[in-house]
Amino acid sequence: MDSEGTETTTQTQDKLIQPGHTMATVTDKISSIVLTRGTTMGWVGGFAVAFALFVLLNVAMGYLFFVGVGIWGINIPVAWAFAITNFVWWIGIGHAGTLISAFLLIMHQKWRTSINRFAEAMTIFAVACAGMFPLLHMGRPWLFYYLLPYPNVMWLWPQFRSPLVWDVFAVSTYLTVSLLFWYIGLLPDLATLRDRAKKKVSQVLYGFFSLGWRGSASHWTRYETASILLAGLATPLVVSVHTVVSFDFAIALVPGWHSTIFPPYFVAGAIYSGFAMVLTLAIPLRKWYRLEDMVTVKHLDIMGKVMLATGVIVAYGYIMETFMAFYSGNGFDRYMIMNRMVGPYTYVYWTLITCNIVIPQALWWKKVRRNPLFLFLVSIVINIGMWLERFVIIVVSLHREYNPSYWGMFYPTRWDWAVLFGSMGLFLTLFYLFIRFLPMISIVEMRALVHKTEKKEEAAA
Amino acid sequence: MPQVFHRSANLIARVSIIAVVVLIGVLTYALYQIEESAWYTNIGEARPQPVPFSHRHHVGELGIDCRYCHTSVEKSAFAGLPPTETCMSCHSQIWTNAAMLEPVRASYRDNVSISWVRVNALPQFVYFDHSIHVRMGVGCTTCHGPIASMPLTYRYGTLYMSWCLNCHRQPSKFLRPRSEVFDPYYQPPSAVHPVTYREVKYTDQLALGRQLMKDYKVYSLTDCDTCHR
Repeated sequence: MDSEGTETTTQTQDKLIQPGHTMATVTDKISSIVLTRGTTMGWVGGFAVAFALFVLLNVAMGYLFFVGVGIWGINIPVAWAFAITNFVWWIGIGHAGTLISAFLLIMHQKWRTSINRFAEAMTIFAVACAGMFPLLHMGRPWLFYYLLPYPNVMWLWPQFRSPLVWDVFAVSTYLTVSLLFWYIGLLPDLATLRDRAKKKVSQVLYGFFSLGWRGSASHWTRYETASILLAGLATPLVVSVHTVVSFDFAIALVPGWHSTIFPPYFVAGAIYSGFAMVLTLAIPLRKWYRLEDMVTVKHLDIMGKVMLATGVIVAYGYIMETFMAFYSGNGFDRYMIMNRMVGPYTYVYWTLITCNIVIPQALWWKKVRRNPLFLFLVSIVINIGMWLERFVIIVVSLHREYNPSYWGMFYPTRWDWAVLFGSMGLFLTLFYLFIRFLPMISIVEMRALVHKTEKKEEAAA
Repeated sequence: MPQVFHRSANLIARVSIIAVVVLIGVLTYALYQIEESAWYTNIGEARPQPVPFSHRHHVGELGIDCRYCHTSVEKSAFAGLPPTETCMSCHSQIWTNAAMLEPVRASYRDNVSISWVRVNALPQFVYFDHSIHVRMGVGCTTCHGPIASMPLTYRYGTLYMSWCLNCHRQPSKFLRPRSEVFDPYYQPPSAVHPVTYREVKYTDQLALGRQLMKDYKVYSLTDCDTCHR
């Protein structure tokens, strides 16, 4: 921790990039991670763990397809449990990536530059994990295409009044726009890698995916236009996707779901968990790949502040839910809140409050926000807390609805856990492949940042 | 540094973008064509039967009413296939030695039903009732086609759900007066062939259909559980 301690005391703590970097050194540093560093033992070890979990996911899915959803702990009344909890959790995580890459681009926030690439990658992989769950949760996943409005001989359309169909559109739009945005942003970097690659295979592959980028003026104009257009498309998605996800619950009449606060509270929660995940990924990455000069303490500080702000909104949501339950005078709502607090799942609720509200208050202190280790621990706690939040909303609301004759309990089986940890395996496997084969920080945007910083310094001198 | 790709890569890239779009379009179109084709739906394909029974002869030339053989069509879900006795009510008197009719006589003699090959079979998950359709003014030929001119019976409709819904969504396009339901030569109203219903001459199907919907209390029933019970 000593080295981290000295870092905060240096004069350069408020720079978004450490001085001494030129356009050439930035390019060298980022591209060398992919091209010249090779496959390190650390990477292999991490990848092996991730891949083992991914294999676990495949085993769990294979058994699920073979036997059916009965292998999970779900039943009536708790028909939605881990699968939907995981879905909401993963899709929420994705939101930070879009916020960083699109919303902050439009807002001209320069601090997004060094984190946007891997945050966008995180978004795509998280959406991939999320998109899997509703399908796995179907009794007959091979009929998933019934959710799509395609012309068919049945003249049958999906139920457009159902938020589950809105989900299909929200999530698929989100994946498409995120993927395009990420890929367009990658083009100049892929071309850089193509030009620097020594091996023929790398040249051909990077060359193929860089779509013939030559860096001509017209390429750059189109690149800028496309980026801004896609950012404009992606920005509303930051708000709309999780709003639609919240409708899955808010449209239903279950006490604990049927609430108008859900959309804003879900969006805040999504950004909260997303930033937690960005930090969970960024802190080890900057350490392992010695990127402290690019992902600086200032970045960590800002992300800590964003987490604090969204965390406070989430806390407000919890408080309002409780307040409204009593203020409304609705006995079922009141019972729902009391059941959360002192019912059979009381320990989950209070763990959630501890993880999401109590512990993150440490972020008010600058020392915590600027200490990578502490920040990492807080981010892990928030990730857990946000998963528990969705568990409480889904399972604890469903297990005791209106009529006591259909009350019941949910107990996860080993297959529930296997799919949850397996999805993390899928996410990490993709992420390991990403950091191995693609530049995890945008070379182009870092060059631009260096250029702007230099100009500013010249002007000051 | 030498170029990674040959110049032709530019052309290949452009062509493949267009090709993908065109290919998706062509494949989709082809799939729909196949799905609607007689090859896939068996429309118009006469099924071989144990006895080459001709609706053209019995309905078209002799003018036997549908209900003479399909006795339960007005009362039950199943229109009913005639027992051999029904055939023998005539064929014990005429064509008594025709070789073609030997399976009918054998069936009568041995008391074993003739195994007719079904032409229109709906899957088990569809609940279909002939009686209500007949009662609401859906003519036999609306679904079964020009039965009076079929030497061997073939399927006229696709039996796809879209085919059912085509009428269920807008029954007025097909309804006819109850008195005309069993007329195998019925023509929808037109300027040339007006249809008289309650002393009013109709030349437009939609006008007639709307009046019939009102009189027979026909509604557009498209809930899933109308048919999938």
